[in-house]
Amino acid sequence: MATNDVAHHFDNAEQQARAVALGIWVFLATELLLFGGLFSAFIVLKVQHTEVFSEAATHLSLFLGTLNTAILLTSGLTIFLTEQALHAQRRTLAIGLLAATAFLGCAFIGVKGYEWHHEYQQALLPVLDVRFHYPGSAPEVAELFFNFYYIMTGLHVVHMLVGLGLLAGMGVAVIRWRQPKTLNRRATLIALYWAFVDIIWVVLFSLLYLQGA
Amino acid sequence: MSEDYLSDPNIGLRLIPEQASRHAEGVDMLYFALLGFSALLVTVLVGLVVTFGFRYRAGKTFRRRVTASHVGHRVEVGFALSLGVVFMALFAWAGKLYLNVYANTPAQATLNVVAKQWMWKVQHPDGTREINTLHVPANQSVRLRITSQDVIHSFSVPALRLKRDAVPGLYTSVTFVADKPGEYRLFCAEYCGTDHSRMRGKMVVMAPSDYQNWLTRNGTGTTPAAAGKALFRSYGCSGCHMGESSVRAPSLDGVYGRSVALANGGIIIADEAYLRDSIMRPQKHIVAGYQPVMPSFSGQISESDVLQIIAYLQSLKPGDWRTEAP
Amino acid sequence: MSNNDEANSPKHYLSDPWSIRGWLLTTDHKRIAWMYAVSITGFFFLGGIAALLIRLELLTGPGDLFNSDTYNELFSLHGIVMVWFFLIPSIPATLGNFLVPLMIGARDLAFPRLNLLSWYIYTLGGIFTLGAVVAGGVDTGWTFYTPFSSLFSNTAVIAAVTGVFIVGFSSILTGLNFVVTTHTMRARGLTWFRLPLFMWANYATSLIMILATPVLSVTLLLIALERGLGIGIFDPSLGGDPLLFQHLFWFYSHPAVYIMILPAMGVVSEIVACFSRNPVFGYTGMVLAIMSIALFGFVVWGHHMFVAGQSLYAGLLFSFFSFLVAVPSAIKTLNWTATMFRGRVTFSAPMIYALSFLGLFTIGGLTGIFLAALALDVHLHDTYFVTAHFHYIMVGGAVTAYLGGLHFWWPKMTGRLYSELWARVAALALFIGFNLTFYPQFLLGYAGMPRRYHSYPEAFELLHILSTLGTGILAIGYLLPLGYLLHSLFRGERASANPWKATGLEWKTSSPPPTHNFATTPEVNEAAYGYQ
Repeated sequence: MATNDVAHHFDNAEQQARAVALGIWVFLATELLLFGGLFSAFIVLKVQHTEVFSEAATHLSLFLGTLNTAILLTSGLTIFLTEQALHAQRRTLAIGLLAATAFLGCAFIGVKGYEWHHEYQQALLPVLDVRFHYPGSAPEVAELFFNFYYIMTGLHVVHMLVGLGLLAGMGVAVIRWRQPKTLNRRATLIALYWAFVDIIWVVLFSLLYLQGA
Repeated sequence: MSEDYLSDPNIGLRLIPEQASRHAEGVDMLYFALLGFSALLVTVLVGLVVTFGFRYRAGKTFRRRVTASHVGHRVEVGFALSLGVVFMALFAWAGKLYLNVYANTPAQATLNVVAKQWMWKVQHPDGTREINTLHVPANQSVRLRITSQDVIHSFSVPALRLKRDAVPGLYTSVTFVADKPGEYRLFCAEYCGTDHSRMRGKMVVMAPSDYQNWLTRNGTGTTPAAAGKALFRSYGCSGCHMGESSVRAPSLDGVYGRSVALANGGIIIADEAYLRDSIMRPQKHIVAGYQPVMPSFSGQISESDVLQIIAYLQSLKPGDWRTEAP
Repeated sequence: MSNNDEANSPKHYLSDPWSIRGWLLTTDHKRIAWMYAVSITGFFFLGGIAALLIRLELLTGPGDLFNSDTYNELFSLHGIVMVWFFLIPSIPATLGNFLVPLMIGARDLAFPRLNLLSWYIYTLGGIFTLGAVVAGGVDTGWTFYTPFSSLFSNTAVIAAVTGVFIVGFSSILTGLNFVVTTHTMRARGLTWFRLPLFMWANYATSLIMILATPVLSVTLLLIALERGLGIGIFDPSLGGDPLLFQHLFWFYSHPAVYIMILPAMGVVSEIVACFSRNPVFGYTGMVLAIMSIALFGFVVWGHHMFVAGQSLYAGLLFSFFSFLVAVPSAIKTLNWTATMFRGRVTFSAPMIYALSFLGLFTIGGLTGIFLAALALDVHLHDTYFVTAHFHYIMVGGAVTAYLGGLHFWWPKMTGRLYSELWARVAALALFIGFNLTFYPQFLLGYAGMPRRYHSYPEAFELLHILSTLGTGILAIGYLLPLGYLLHSLFRGERASANPWKATGLEWKTSSPPPTHNFATTPEVNEAAYGYQ
């Protein structure tokens, strides 16, 4: 299929493009429900333990959370610009913007990792047999909050890693610059995924960090 | 493995189990109604399939006409509407019976049932305890307050058409009036591990006087409320709540059933679930005007002790602590 | 097209090219359908062996054949394998995979490589789970209720939930593929309301797979994390809520019942129309019924929790919706029956299966009404009544329809005809064996016999013996097709392109179809089921 970019089972490029676009949207819907299950579980328990959860939230670093939100939103901008650059067939600009997006993504994971490490040092990470030591009231319910925090941010970081993998693949394709006309379609898909991961983070940020503020 | 300790009541197979309560009769009525309804529909269906299959079998000639589509629509809509009406009636009927047993109505006696792998532990209002057997008086309303100390179990007595899950961290309840003395099967109905199928016993319904005699013969003499009073002291609750120290904690005489104003502006009725939460997770509902200083007793107190302390708090009337020196 | 000899037919998909590599790396939806068929058949007979052992143990009251732990592992194995690895993929992944592109005149599914990937995910996940379940044993039942699964069970729960988690992705991918294919790849003139009902059923099923499976995935993930890493959210001692698990679990697993039964309804619609030589009665009503079942399926999950401690109002609400969801199913039953009206009915083997489905599904559905009725459910919940009810739906309904569909499309899939006589014998054995196995269980349930019991009071023995006897006949009903269908592969008479004289695009190409399905892209200019 190298010479013709329409796969054999599609009638034409337009049909293929529609199929791919619908495919990614359906995929994002499943992703939304994956997180949706967690969100609703969290909200149910938050209603039951409002005060403890709010207090526990103050033990998260609002500063780092905000920083990460800014980083991720900026990366959303750069990936959008990448897509535009590919539309305009500007290779060097696209490579630069892709690199910037990947850098911002790594920065996000770095900050997140630092945050987790910091919480581990404060004995707020109740994994395996590490003892959970919490200075506030109702430590066992606070542990529930932190469990949610690690599960939700962890799952989000897994999605970020997948996104970084996609960016890397995209980078290779842009550097090779074969069939440049098809690159912007691929960029659109990755940008959609990246935007989705952004939005999930914004929801996480408001659910976890902002309720302590 | 030995089945010796199982005390299955010796009642044979009865497709409709014994009806040990009015509620059981009501449920059976509903069952028969539904059986009749189902039998009718199945008969019609089989009749139609057989008739059509025979009359319109391939090779047989008859005058063919095409059924107009609006006739078809009318049949569909008519069928759907009439089913809908029947279903709503059944829904209301079944719902009413459901509320009879599950709604939190006051009862003449409240028994505590704590499930654990793999036994039922029961405590009567006068403190008498038994395991895997449940004696209850006939013709009196009895309420079971059910919880579990490990996994989910389910308390099931087919003769009363009753079942209620025992959930760790939660009180569930059922209310019933058994009206026929006898021995009935008791099962754990929710799968709970290795010996799930051996977590069974019997319910013994007795005439009220026999029940009283039974209690006197087996009783320990300590009611849950009295035991709870001692526990209230030994766990140190009285220290703050009865005003012996400088820490201010709400007074608890007459708290049961009262509405309590909370620090977050809400109002809550002090029922069993509230009292349990206040012992196990005191931060959940902070009473208005008090500091959240009470430690949690979760993991330090057994489910049956909590139930006894609650029984003690229930026994208190407003002002009791003023007249009685602590 | 009517007379298709091997000699003059175009190269068909089975022989193009026949090599290990050609099969294992194929992206042809028809070959992938076969690969799924082989996998799920393996899982079906494995789960069936567990069922036989369970029935043998239950012949007598005292648990004397196995010890309790072995028994618990057996019924868990049976449930996990049958629900997650057989029923959920059964019709969509085999018949659906084979027929969806054919029925809409497409050359393949929209994402053929994704389709192959989903088979690999399914099979590897299945083998992984099986390894865990057989080697380590899992005793939680297929429902994995917390806190038993997360904190108390001593068996290989993590491996089992991980396997089910992995397999979830295969059904998400299949669902995604079907939805996109149905939306974008229909032949010219094939409008939505000209689609065969089998397509509608698979479309609705795919929507459920896409929307509900992720919730299950994340729930199972939470169990694995709670057990493995100790970061749990269901643990009651942390203020977590065991009922929350049940809500999340049934939010998927109730719609999952419709994943099993909707495709079965689609199959039956095709068969009944064909062997009555009549258009399906009330096509629009059938479509609306399919879609409303899929929709309402999402709001009835709480009827699994009437005795679990959810609020009384929630109980009333869920009961109300459960009654409502029965209405569209009843309409479908009515319409299938009415399809025979003034037709030309023949009782070929697929039709016998379809009519068995009709009877068994009706009994299953009606007993569902018993369980939706709150006060009755309190008595019947977690008894053999429930066991019988869902076996009537899932085995009597879904599996019977699957077999019916397999017979109906067998000539298309293989180019061969099976022995009609043996097929009728098997269909009858299945109907009789099934009823003898499960009807006594309704009676047991009302008499009070709880589910998942290794030993039980002797009074229940008689009914259990009847049930075990039925299992023997049922087993014959399932083994016979394995025999004569395999036999027909080699010795069967060659099938023409359309042996049943059925309508639908899949019958307009040769049997078996060529690799790219159609010699010329078909065009459609009439409604489905143009039977005269």
